[in-house]
Amino acid sequence: MRWLIKDARLLDPDHGVDRVADLLIEKGKIAKIGMGLSVEGDHEVVEAAGMVLSPSFIDIHVHLREPGREYAETIESGVRAAAAGGFSAVACMPNTDPPLDNHAMVHYVIDQALKYGPVEVMPIGCITRGRAGERLAEFGEMVDAGAVGVSDDGDPVSDSSLMRRALEYAQQFDIPIFTHPEDRTLSRNGVMNEGVVSTRLGLKGIPKQAEEIGIARDIELTALTSGRLHVLHVSSAGGVELVRRAKERGLNVTAETAPHYLALTDESLAGYDTNRKMNPPLRTSVDREALRRGVAEGVLDVIATDHAPHPVHEKEAEFDSAPFGVLGLETALGVLITHCVRPGHLTLETVIERLTAGPSRVLGRELAGIREGQKASLTLFAPDESWVVDPGRLHSISRNTAFGQERLFGVVKALFLGEEMIPSEQGSSSQDRPATMVP
Amino acid sequence: MKLARKHLLGMEGVSRTEIETLLNCAETFKEILDRKIPKVPSLRGLTAVNLFFEPSTRTRVSFELAEKRLSADSVSISASTSSSEKGESLIDTIHNVEAMKVDFLIVRHSAAGAPHFLASRCDVSVINAGDGCHEHPTQALLDLFTIRQHFPTLEGLKVAILGDIAHSRVARSNIWALRTMGAQVTLCAPRTLLPPGIEDLGAKIHPRLDDLIDEMDIIMVLRIQKERQGESFLPSSREYARHFSLTRSRADRMKTNSFIMHPGPINRGIEMAPEVADGPRSVILDQVTNGVAVRMAVLYLLAGGETDHAMAN
Ligand SMILES: [Zn+2]
Repeated sequence: MRWLIKDARLLDPDHGVDRVADLLIEKGKIAKIGMGLSVEGDHEVVEAAGMVLSPSFIDIHVHLREPGREYAETIESGVRAAAAGGFSAVACMPNTDPPLDNHAMVHYVIDQALKYGPVEVMPIGCITRGRAGERLAEFGEMVDAGAVGVSDDGDPVSDSSLMRRALEYAQQFDIPIFTHPEDRTLSRNGVMNEGVVSTRLGLKGIPKQAEEIGIARDIELTALTSGRLHVLHVSSAGGVELVRRAKERGLNVTAETAPHYLALTDESLAGYDTNRKMNPPLRTSVDREALRRGVAEGVLDVIATDHAPHPVHEKEAEFDSAPFGVLGLETALGVLITHCVRPGHLTLETVIERLTAGPSRVLGRELAGIREGQKASLTLFAPDESWVVDPGRLHSISRNTAFGQERLFGVVKALFLGEEMIPSEQGSSSQDRPATMVP
Repeated sequence: MKLARKHLLGMEGVSRTEIETLLNCAETFKEILDRKIPKVPSLRGLTAVNLFFEPSTRTRVSFELAEKRLSADSVSISASTSSSEKGESLIDTIHNVEAMKVDFLIVRHSAAGAPHFLASRCDVSVINAGDGCHEHPTQALLDLFTIRQHFPTLEGLKVAILGDIAHSRVARSNIWALRTMGAQVTLCAPRTLLPPGIEDLGAKIHPRLDDLIDEMDIIMVLRIQKERQGESFLPSSREYARHFSLTRSRADRMKTNSFIMHPGPINRGIEMAPEVADGPRSVILDQVTNGVAVRMAVLYLLAGGETDHAMAN
């Protein structure tokens, strides 16, 4: 199949591409880029005026729940959600049941994913066996099987000595340690950010220092070991500053935040909405401002969704007992455009960079990008079209989006991956003008 | 006067006019309670369910009496008899209760926001009878009512709330309500028992009881729970008592015409000396009596009743 995408804004900040042009995909590769391209023979034309064509998005932080909690999400539903959100690759966290702490489990996830199409699933293995925080898992075997990193995400590695060994041992395999930074003795029993809002709501707070102490410790251990650290889900202004200083010291540290932290604050918990309960929790507007600046300045390398499905029957509960976590894959682009790009906090170029080249760097991969001769791995979206998030229509098995019923700008139209084109029905339910795709 | 709301989930956001309407209505019911037959037919045909996921004899009995005095049909379900212990979720419990076609749900729950959860999911009038560390609005209303029996206005009144503010729904509801009515609120507690940002609710903080005791018109004493020692909020109740207990000698320093309140149950000898609790400044038993009238007013007005007609019934 040949695809001729006409008049799209080609946006690949990593390779300095930002212009309106036509792009031809042939035999799974970007065959040609130019103005007024026309081709002979069998091909399909995509009229993409007003749309953006960027490298496909990569999410290095998702929870796919398989094996063990298939009632919340499966690898199959997870990759469909990813494609609908414009993501061609997702790194899945190992807090499944049983956890991904050995090569057989890593193989299993990769093999499963291959059945469900071209979206790549990149397993992250456990740091410790059984995620018990006691003994190192076999990094080498897991990397050989295809793991792209290790993490005990969901829990911190509380034992500093063990974390030190992990940062040392991982160097042999050239993988990052994905750290979930949290001082559990400080966050214990907390369910939201600690501050005036938690006091008003009568909920137990989690001080931002619980995260910052975790980040500070792991940065110092990275200095001690010359290791490679990726800080997951930075949610606080202090966290951004710690990462900034670590980078200034020349340490091998990268960091991410998630769309919900860039969009919302703890004020939005006034109605005890459990679909806005996650860990780390939504913080204050000061933190949100610092996170936006951290993304703009590149202190935060990556925007990752921390896609964390939970079934309705678990989220439909009093705030204290509902599990932490929110969906992210299908709303990421819309949330970022609506809450960050349109109000002028971030440029679209920055957002795209943090969804594409940023995560590639963390994984030590080169981004194919928008260049002739490269394999086609592209996301087409309409930044000025809008849709209303209907939780019932998401591809995820779960419904726990923090943005239900919200009108989001930024509609994903399709993913082009090699020989395949995966259309996204995002926004097709709303009253807006229909997709302008042909055929 | 009518009340334009369906639920009473907290005192946050309840206006001065609404509070005055509620208190005036409670005055009327207080008079009815002093009659020979203290019963009116105002809520005949309506059904109230008292859903107590946490034990509280005092509040439950107060609501039950209020319901009976208004001729409502009422059922009480306590945690020991409800299905929640068998692992049934709050939402299932609610669907069952709703299927019984009730008009009022009076909820006591250990989780903050549980009444809000129920209010947003079923078509019943929900009254918060205490949710976790969040709010206990009818307690604040009966406290205001009790204060009003002794002072012509709440405006400018100096009220100290003493004790475990951090874990107290009574404190939060009272701060909102007292501030709305123009009283000055001072919180007196060790720093470990003050929640972050509580000043933003409009209260001052003073860490030394001895410095403020002779200026206060009202001192509201809160219960100190024994388990706070285990969680290291306090090294010992003995040391707490030394600095914060309302002892006889401290009570003697209070202004003339000043009063002592406590939402109960009291830990005598810890937050308050027994002779102070039973002493002349204590209005603790009035609080209990007034609870019924205030809860009658809440039920009556939430059902759409009008103050001017409360008596005529
Ligand atoms: Zn995490």
